[in-house]
Amino acid sequence: MRPQQKRRHKREDEMTEMGDFIRRDRSGHPPAFTPGYKTSVLRSPRCALVSVEQGVGEKARIVFPRSGLDPLDNDLISNFSHGGEAIGERIVVHGRVLDETGRPVPNTLIEVWQANAGGRYRHKNDSYLAALDPNFGGVGRCMTDAEGSYYFRTIRPGPYPWRNHGSEWRPAHIHFSIFGEAFVQRLISQFYFEGDPLIPLCPILNTIPDKAAVDRLVARLDMGQQMPFDALAYRFDIVLRGRRQTFFENKKEGL
Amino acid sequence: MPVEYLKETPSQTGGPYVHIGTLPAVAGLPVRTQERLDVLVAGSVPGERIRIEGMIWDGSGHPVMDALIELWQADAKGRHDNPDFLGFGRAAADFTTGLWSFETVKPGVLPWRDGRAQAPHVSLLIFARGINIHLHTRMYFSDAAEANATDPVLKSIEQAGRRDTLVGVRGERDGMVIYRFDIRLQGENETVFFDM
Repeated sequence: MRPQQKRRHKREDEMTEMGDFIRRDRSGHPPAFTPGYKTSVLRSPRCALVSVEQGVGEKARIVFPRSGLDPLDNDLISNFSHGGEAIGERIVVHGRVLDETGRPVPNTLIEVWQANAGGRYRHKNDSYLAALDPNFGGVGRCMTDAEGSYYFRTIRPGPYPWRNHGSEWRPAHIHFSIFGEAFVQRLISQFYFEGDPLIPLCPILNTIPDKAAVDRLVARLDMGQQMPFDALAYRFDIVLRGRRQTFFENKKEGL
Repeated sequence: MPVEYLKETPSQTGGPYVHIGTLPAVAGLPVRTQERLDVLVAGSVPGERIRIEGMIWDGSGHPVMDALIELWQADAKGRHDNPDFLGFGRAAADFTTGLWSFETVKPGVLPWRDGRAQAPHVSLLIFARGINIHLHTRMYFSDAAEANATDPVLKSIEQAGRRDTLVGVRGERDGMVIYRFDIRLQGENETVFFDM
């Protein structure tokens, strides 16, 4: 019993040494209640969130082994092939994952999903009339390398209509999910494509009150990183919550 | 001018098709069909085997049937660094009933920042269409009332009556221990959500 106790406390100390995460700046996120996006009306809490410090569980990390990924997981053009490649504008998406202090976030899992070139999702509940592409599943994943860089290849998704204030149209977008190095860095979001005229019209993007924050969800055309005679490239960097240093918060003796 | 940091990437809703990227088999894709992320325990992981199940209710009292729920927890000894137990699960609300469930082990007591004990609990994240930034809550266990009474996080909830919204109720069905946990997004008995 005794050695285990010791080990646990040592772990707690190690966590403490790494510091807490900087509080989430919610002004750069959409609030919960955004009537312009109707579904949020009944799905948004009315009470204020309860603010609490982070414990060991909130700073815990889930380590997904790189070996759990299939070599084609980051290639949506061919990872659902039924004899051919996906139809659409071929693109490579790449970027870096950093935290708010500028530190790279290495070895973290990024999951992506998207509609096909016609704007149709391969999902039981999507009944949009655009055709499914037999060679496109719309799901992929990748991990950042030691410098926090990631990339995947896909086709540019199409816009599609959805029911909100009548028929509205989503700009082309790719959904992403990222884990980071701790529970409190967890994030799911969507990124968009530079120059898409549907961006300013989108009620879901417009849930974000800060226009500069909207801009941080827009991938930039990157002609330098194109795959010549193959695919255009877009760059999209991701920023996760930063971690404080521990200036005077040294090991707690006797804990 | 104060020091400038990079700014966190803004959240956007997971949307109605969140399952494609996170639980593709649930979306109907014939990929990763063997993956059962709602089952956290396999083989000989020590601890009491339990099922956690419940519904998510919207502000009109209707079940949310397209949500993704993630569960993060310590192992039976209160550890988050057990190589044999990832401590992470994912489940989807059923598309026709809204019911979701996890099979796991009951977590142990773990220390709070100041060394006080945290009562056993699991952390839950909710992603769904209409939820612009994921909601973070915790489920505690109804048969740990004593530990719950001194839990530092529960005690930080000013309105004591709201603490009960975070307690899963122990029951049994077909020989399986089940904790029922209903999450109310809005209105009467609104579940406590955290900003941590």
